[in-house]
This record gives sequence, C-alpha cells and structure tokens, in this order.
Amino acid sequence: MSTTTLTTVRRKPGYSRFFRILTYTFLTGVALAWLVPVVGAVYASFRPYSETQKKGIFSWPSKLSFSNYTNAWKQGGMGGVHGTFANTAFIVLPSIVLILLLSSMMAFAVSRFTWRFNVTLLLIFTAGNLLPAQVIFKPLFTMFQHIPWPNFLSDSDSGDLLGTKIAVIIIHVAFQTGFCTFVLSNYMKTIPKELNEAALVDGASVPRQFFQIILPLCRPALAALATLEFTWLYNDFFWAVVLLNQGSQRPITSSIANLGGQFFSNDNLIAAASMIIAMPTLAVYLAMQKQFISGLTLGASKG
Amino acid sequence: MSTDVTEAAPPNRGRRRRYSQLSFKDKVWLCLMVGVPTVIHIVFVWVPAIATIILSFTKWDGIKLGSWNAVGFKNYWAIFTIFDSKFFPALFNNLVLLIFLSVCSLVGILLAYLLDKGVRGSRIYQSIYYFPVVLSLAVVGFIWKSVMFSQSQGLLNVGRTKPIDFVGDSHKLFVFHLPFLDTPLGLSKNFAALLIAMAWRHIGYVMVLYLAGLKSVDPSLREASSIDGCNEWQTFRQVVFPVMKPINVVVLVITVIEALRAFDIIVALKEPIGTSVLGVLVKNNLVGEGGGQVGLGSAYGVILLLLCLGFIIWYLINNYREQDP
Repeated sequence: MSTTTLTTVRRKPGYSRFFRILTYTFLTGVALAWLVPVVGAVYASFRPYSETQKKGIFSWPSKLSFSNYTNAWKQGGMGGVHGTFANTAFIVLPSIVLILLLSSMMAFAVSRFTWRFNVTLLLIFTAGNLLPAQVIFKPLFTMFQHIPWPNFLSDSDSGDLLGTKIAVIIIHVAFQTGFCTFVLSNYMKTIPKELNEAALVDGASVPRQFFQIILPLCRPALAALATLEFTWLYNDFFWAVVLLNQGSQRPITSSIANLGGQFFSNDNLIAAASMIIAMPTLAVYLAMQKQFISGLTLGASKG
Repeated sequence: MSTDVTEAAPPNRGRRRRYSQLSFKDKVWLCLMVGVPTVIHIVFVWVPAIATIILSFTKWDGIKLGSWNAVGFKNYWAIFTIFDSKFFPALFNNLVLLIFLSVCSLVGILLAYLLDKGVRGSRIYQSIYYFPVVLSLAVVGFIWKSVMFSQSQGLLNVGRTKPIDFVGDSHKLFVFHLPFLDTPLGLSKNFAALLIAMAWRHIGYVMVLYLAGLKSVDPSLREASSIDGCNEWQTFRQVVFPVMKPINVVVLVITVIEALRAFDIIVALKEPIGTSVLGVLVKNNLVGEGGGQVGLGSAYGVILLLLCLGFIIWYLINNYREQDP
C-alpha cells in the first residue's frame, strides 16, 4: 500500500519509465555513434589498403596485420632521437615545466599579496590567452628572425631563433602562462591566509613561503594543469607549422600534415598514423581522467 | 609597483596603509615573480598583437625591416571591395560554424543534464563522449577523412551506389545573394562534412564543463522548486540555468572563440576549396605562396581580433566583476 502511494506521489509510473527508457536509448545511441570513427579507424588500420578498397571497411577481414603501423612509424619518421616523437618531447616537456613554474609564481604573487595592479595583470593574462594565434604570429615570426641564436644550440643553421624548437617553447610558455595563472590564482585564493601570516611571523622569506608552503598545497591543481597542458601542447598544430618550416623538425601532431602527401591516399596508413599519434593523449586521459576534468573545471569556474 | 601587504584589504586602502612587513630581499623576489612572467607574456603576446594592428595600416612584403609604407585604411578597403570574393565566404563559413557549434553546445548541455540525473554507468558515457576532446583537430580531421569520408571505403559511403566525395565536393548545399555583394554566399558540402567532424569534438567538451557545473548546484534548490510545483523544464529554465551563469558564460565564450579560431582541421586537410575561414585567410596572406602581403594579412587578422575581442571583454567583465571593486 505504502509503496503505491509513494510512486503516485512521485510521478505517474508509466510516464517516467517511458522517459527513462528514452534517456538510455538516446545516451547509448550517441555513445555508439561517438565510437564509430575510432573503432573504424582501429579496424581499418589493421587491414591492407587493397582489401578495404575492394570491400569497404564495413566487411569481414581476410587479413589482419601490424604492417600499416610499422609503415606509418617508418615513413612518418616517428622513431629515433631525431624523430617526430622526440621533437614533441623536446618541446612539450620543458614547456610544461616552465609554464607551471612561471604561472605558479605569478599566481602566488597576485593572490597572496595585495598589489595595486593585481586585477589588471590578471585581466591582461586571461585576455592574452584568448587571442587568436593567427593574429600575433607575423610580428612574432619577424621578432624571432631578428633574435640571434647560436647554431650550436639549435638544429637550424640560420643563426636566429626562427625555426628552432626554442621559439616554439617560448610562444607556448608566453601563451599558456595566461591560462595557468588564472587557474592557479583561483586555486591559491582558497588556501587560508593564516598560513602565510603564520609563516611570516616565523620569519619565513617569500621564496620559502612559496616553495615550501604554498606550492606543495597546490599539487592537485598543478597535476590537473600538467595533464591539460600536456594534451594541448601535444596537440598544437598551428605554432609548429608556422614556426618550424623544416618538416623533419616538426613535432608529431603537425607532421601529420605531411603524411597525406607521403602516403598518397592510403587511408588505412593514415588511420594507423592517426592512432599512433592519438595514443599518448588517450593514455594520459584514461590514466588521469580525474585530474583532466578537474583542470578544465578549475579553469571554467572561479575557485 | 608597490608591495604593501594589506591582506584582504580593498586595494583603495593600500594607498593609506603603506607600511610593509616585507624585507627588501622579499620585495625583490616578489618583483621577479611577477615581472618575469609578465614580461614574457607581454613581449611575446601583446606586443605582436599591437604590432599586427599597426601593420594592418601599412604595405609591407614582410622581408626587410623598415621597408613598410603607411597606407591608411587601404587594406581594409581592399578586403571589403576587391577581396570580397574571399573575405565574405570565409566570414560566412565562420558564421555557419558559430551557429552550428552553438547547436552542438545545446546538445552537450542536454547530454550533461541527462547524465546528471543519476543514469547508471554515467562515468562510462562521460568517458566516451569526452575522449575526442583529447585528440587534436588535425588528427580528428584525418580520422574522419580516412575512415568516415573516404570516397572509396568510408563508412559514410557504405551502401551508396554513387559514393560522395565528402572532403572534395565544394558544391553548395544552398546559395543566396546579398544585394551589396557580387559573390554568392552559401554552405559548401565539404564544409558541412567538416562541421560534423568538429561537432564530434565540441559536444564532449561542453558536456564535461556543464556536467561539472551541474554537480555543484545545490540540490536543495531543485527540491524547493519541485515542492513549489515546477516541472522539470521549469526547474531547469528558471532555477538551474540562472544559477549556472558562470558556466554558461564559459560555454558561450568557448563556442564563439572556437568558431572564430577554427584552423587546424582545415589546414591539415589541405584547405579544400569552399572551406576557407578567417584564420586560414590570415595565414595565407602572411606565409606560403600568397605570403608577402603582410598589410593585407594583418588587416584580416585585425578583423578576426575585433570579432573575438568583444566576447573576450564580456567574459572578463563577467569573471572579474566581483573581484574588481
């Protein structure tokens, strides 16, 4: 008796059940549709091009092999110390370290101390991060062209910064520091002020307060930002394409632009290359899903 | 820059209370902590942005420093009159993209709302919707091109006797003429195909942002509104949606900025005819074969910048209003 009254109070049972089924059908349908391109790409990447050309991807396989992967790896120049993967590592890892260091220092100074230009600086940083990259690149290009840089420190022989990986690192750091400062300053505002006061009374200097008190407390935010920045910088296409004109110097993601030509239009080879390129970010995403999403939401809502 | 440590005090008071608890060394440290990132950011982001604005009023081949000539608004005039056959179709594509991504954002919000209702396995759904976001748009373009769109074997061409060339077909789906324009505007078939690939990535992004926002909405608000007799739609429209304002602003800004900055997927697919957008026009006037028209390219860039800037400012006002007295 009591249960029936309860359900009638909640809602007409048939009505809500209908909507529940509808909800699940819709969600599952969308999820399946979402998986089609990737499952298709994985499936195609294991099959020879000649076969899928004849029968289409949507067919029973007569031969499965890794040969597309090995070919993509070799022809794309992905492996080795001078391969595109190494280029990516050389650009992305130092960038992340620098971005997090600079932005946490900046965030510390503007969020733990009251300055006159606090908000102005944060405004400049946040706005800068939203500027379209195309708008700033030509002057930047010219600037790098006129900054001398010794050849033995770079892999180009022009004697300037343009065309070196350092140039790409610099622009990543300059751009991304805006976003990370914004996120970290929001995060640091949630740390009680008393901690700083206590440290001040104990005579801790500013660098000590920063490195030994605030920074360790920011570990979750730093981890979240590191994951987020990893995927963003790894996926960068624009800067690598315009600043590194030699294909062999390019990081993995932008080198895919050359693959189309190299592989004619061997779609399965391209699918395999896409899968190789997608692997690291997918792995990071699956392993660090929580940090990833918290990084995004930290940036979206203020602390 | 002054370094008064008046914690939690409104900035105006800092002027009067000028005593400082910081030693000289600490002040130097703080100045460095603020100075180094600020200088890097301003020199490599804002100085080039301002330089682009200045260059848009000049004619320059982009090679020799100092060889630029001021030409006033000539570049802008050229864009709106001589180059209108390039400019307006690109602008129109950006506009189509904006409208389309806005619809995608609504879909993302719907998915987030449904997942927030306590669906079983919501984590799995969430992961599936979100994973395209971690792929670069260039890779997204290649996956769709080789697996979905391919004329000879693509999954979207399964069972078609006359396969469609999704990436190459620049025929317009619809065309209309504006009275002041010679060039007809319209949505080409291949751009429509690219839109679908972009939606794949955009919807998950919005879904995750919105879901996180929904989770932070106080459940007692919904309870109160349902006790007051609101149905689900009324509760969402009049209680949840207003409370979510900060997230709504972020979603809108992301949608607009993404639509205006679109670049990667088009360039990665070798810029098929009919898919040009403003970002690509800027690049093509500055580097490569059509390069050397720095003034013109910069003017395109400034137009792009102005379109973005309105939304950037609006976003900043929304974000900093409470902090800035």
